[in-house]
Amino acid sequence: MTTPLIEIKNLHANIDGQEILRGLDLTINPGEVHSIMGPNGSGKSTLAQVLAGRDAFEVTEGEIIYEGKDLLDMDPDERACEGVFLAFQYPVEIPGVRTTQFLKAAINAVRKHRGEDEIDALDAVKLFREKMKLVDMDESLLKRAVNEGFSGGEKKRHEIFQMAVLEPKLCILDETDSGLDIDALRIVADGVNAMRSKDRSFLLITHYQRLLDYIVPDFVHVLVNGRIVQSGDKGLALELEKKGYSWVEKEPAAATA
Amino acid sequence: MTTATEQTINEFTGKGYKHGFVTEIESDSLPPGLNEDVIRFISEKKKEPDWMLEWRLKAYRDWLEMEMPDWQNVNFHPIDFQKIIYYSAPKKKPQLDSLDEVDPELLRTYEKLGIPLEEQKMLTGVAVDAVFDSVSVATTFKEKLAEAGVIFCPMSEALQKHPDLVKKYIGSVVPTNDNYFAALNSAVFSDGSFVYIPKGVTCPMELSTYFRINAMNTGQFERTLIIAAEGASVSYLEGCTAPMRDENQLHAAVVELVALDDAHIKYSTIQNWYPGDENGKGGIYNFVTKRGDCRGDRSHISWTQVETGSAVTWKYPSCVLKGDDSIGEFYSVALTNNRQQADTGTKMIHIGKNTRSYIVSKGISAGFSDNTYRGQVKVLKNASNARNYTQCDSLLMGDKCGAHTFPYIEVGNSTSQVEHEATTSKIGEDQIFYCTQRGISEEDAVSLIVNGFCKEVLKELPMEFAVEADKLLAISLEGSVG
Repeated sequence: MTTPLIEIKNLHANIDGQEILRGLDLTINPGEVHSIMGPNGSGKSTLAQVLAGRDAFEVTEGEIIYEGKDLLDMDPDERACEGVFLAFQYPVEIPGVRTTQFLKAAINAVRKHRGEDEIDALDAVKLFREKMKLVDMDESLLKRAVNEGFSGGEKKRHEIFQMAVLEPKLCILDETDSGLDIDALRIVADGVNAMRSKDRSFLLITHYQRLLDYIVPDFVHVLVNGRIVQSGDKGLALELEKKGYSWVEKEPAAATA
Repeated sequence: MTTATEQTINEFTGKGYKHGFVTEIESDSLPPGLNEDVIRFISEKKKEPDWMLEWRLKAYRDWLEMEMPDWQNVNFHPIDFQKIIYYSAPKKKPQLDSLDEVDPELLRTYEKLGIPLEEQKMLTGVAVDAVFDSVSVATTFKEKLAEAGVIFCPMSEALQKHPDLVKKYIGSVVPTNDNYFAALNSAVFSDGSFVYIPKGVTCPMELSTYFRINAMNTGQFERTLIIAAEGASVSYLEGCTAPMRDENQLHAAVVELVALDDAHIKYSTIQNWYPGDENGKGGIYNFVTKRGDCRGDRSHISWTQVETGSAVTWKYPSCVLKGDDSIGEFYSVALTNNRQQADTGTKMIHIGKNTRSYIVSKGISAGFSDNTYRGQVKVLKNASNARNYTQCDSLLMGDKCGAHTFPYIEVGNSTSQVEHEATTSKIGEDQIFYCTQRGISEEDAVSLIVNGFCKEVLKELPMEFAVEADKLLAISLEGSVG
């Protein structure tokens, strides 16, 4: 039996005293691609933020075991260094900080965590060039301040590019498809697909089925009111598309995959 | 609730002052107190010409008639001028020509501060004048500079060797009775640096002065005078540190810059005087008058300052743009943390035609500190086609600090153009989280974000000092994330 990459058990989380996640269970094995779908306000983005360690959310119950360790016990930077990556829905701008400077700081933080030496400047440039091709990103973006003045599409590609550079084990994509036109969506999806491997797992958070036409998940889960109410394969996403979320909202909770 | 981020800001801004040690060295000091005899003593000690003593005494008499200004946006304990020691010098008299004769304890002090005075160990291309309490203890690379015709020496030496030059220029930019602290400085200044770059000469290396206050209850009153003759150019940097003491110490310097036709002076400051402890006890009062006179046509004076130290900073490095087509610039980063207060900015006085000025001010406030930008842009009647652009940004860390902006704009010529832009922002939890999610520690994240915020100013610093400034910002912010 494979050891799961991450096991989420009975997760409850609040923000400002309001409960958003109410007993969420989810297990992801290495190499698997899971998709979480659900109506607005169901807790999809909260799950992503809690996994990444945003301290505005308070976990009141449950546990998250990541590679045998207690994820909730780690600070956000430690989680990142251990291979948890979140592609943000709304990446922020950091004025005056060059993208290359930012990425180098990130790579070196991860390397330091692993007890490795800092990356050589030339190797870094080589790495950036290679990974930019994955998402067809313009090289000029590297010289600009992080996300500053990037278009919506550029920001999303930039997230996937960073993911490719940092080579995480668990990639969480929070509505990466929102705001992308069909061509950009295809490029981003190709980038993600190129990164799929037996040692890397994905959690795709999306509102629409559309993304799943390009990145085909192994499992689809439906999140309603902070709990997974239904799980299945790609077929479930198509069914949702046809029937709408009201259909699962009425159904009793099914067994998880 | 204290969030993790808040904690980091607190840790980040409180990591402590690294230059707070005291050097045990015998010194030759006057008892505290100020009167005409003290001034005579200082002048005598420096073997000054008679006119200099008269100049000092006149300044003193003016000072007695003046009152401490009260318009500033900072609060501090009243200063008892009779409790200050106005002269303190390391006992072993340093021989100015050779470093071998400098007290080894002093050399170690500068070594500890990261400023080795032995020339072979120094950054190549930077000449240093080290001022310890009231006197200059060492000046490096003098011979090499002399070959180029550049004079770089302690003010006390300049008064003996180049009295005519000093007499011609001293007080010509900042008159003795310019303001309360300038008058005091004129009366009691004990040393400082003197620079003269002759016509057409580009100074072959960066010049710098490191100021160190060591003795207790001592005021530091240095006077710096830099003259760039026609077509000359020079880049000068000053750095400052002091031991940690519970009493406040006064630093009241005067800096005068004179740029003749086509001359260029770039003056950079990294100010790291002891800021006091986290409760606001002790620290330096940094009350300084700095002014540049663009006396010649097409002259250019540029001020860059990184102000992270001092309990209270109160200064406005300014440019008087007299020459036609002259340019004045002011780039400033002022960072306050804990109980620090800063009221700083610049004055740009446009007198000549087609004069231009450019102001970029970045204020960062953390802890319980208060940070004020105060700037004056004045365009006189005949200054046709004058241009000014001012950008003034404030960054707040946490919710207990303050940022204030007071621009004064006076325009007397209708062909001129003045622009002022100001922003205030809070360091975003979003930005910090974005960085930490990529593996960067919270502390490094804050440092990265602040560095980005100050980038336009930091890039103006000479290369050799940019790294130092970077580190200083990070250290000064330790414990401030919120």
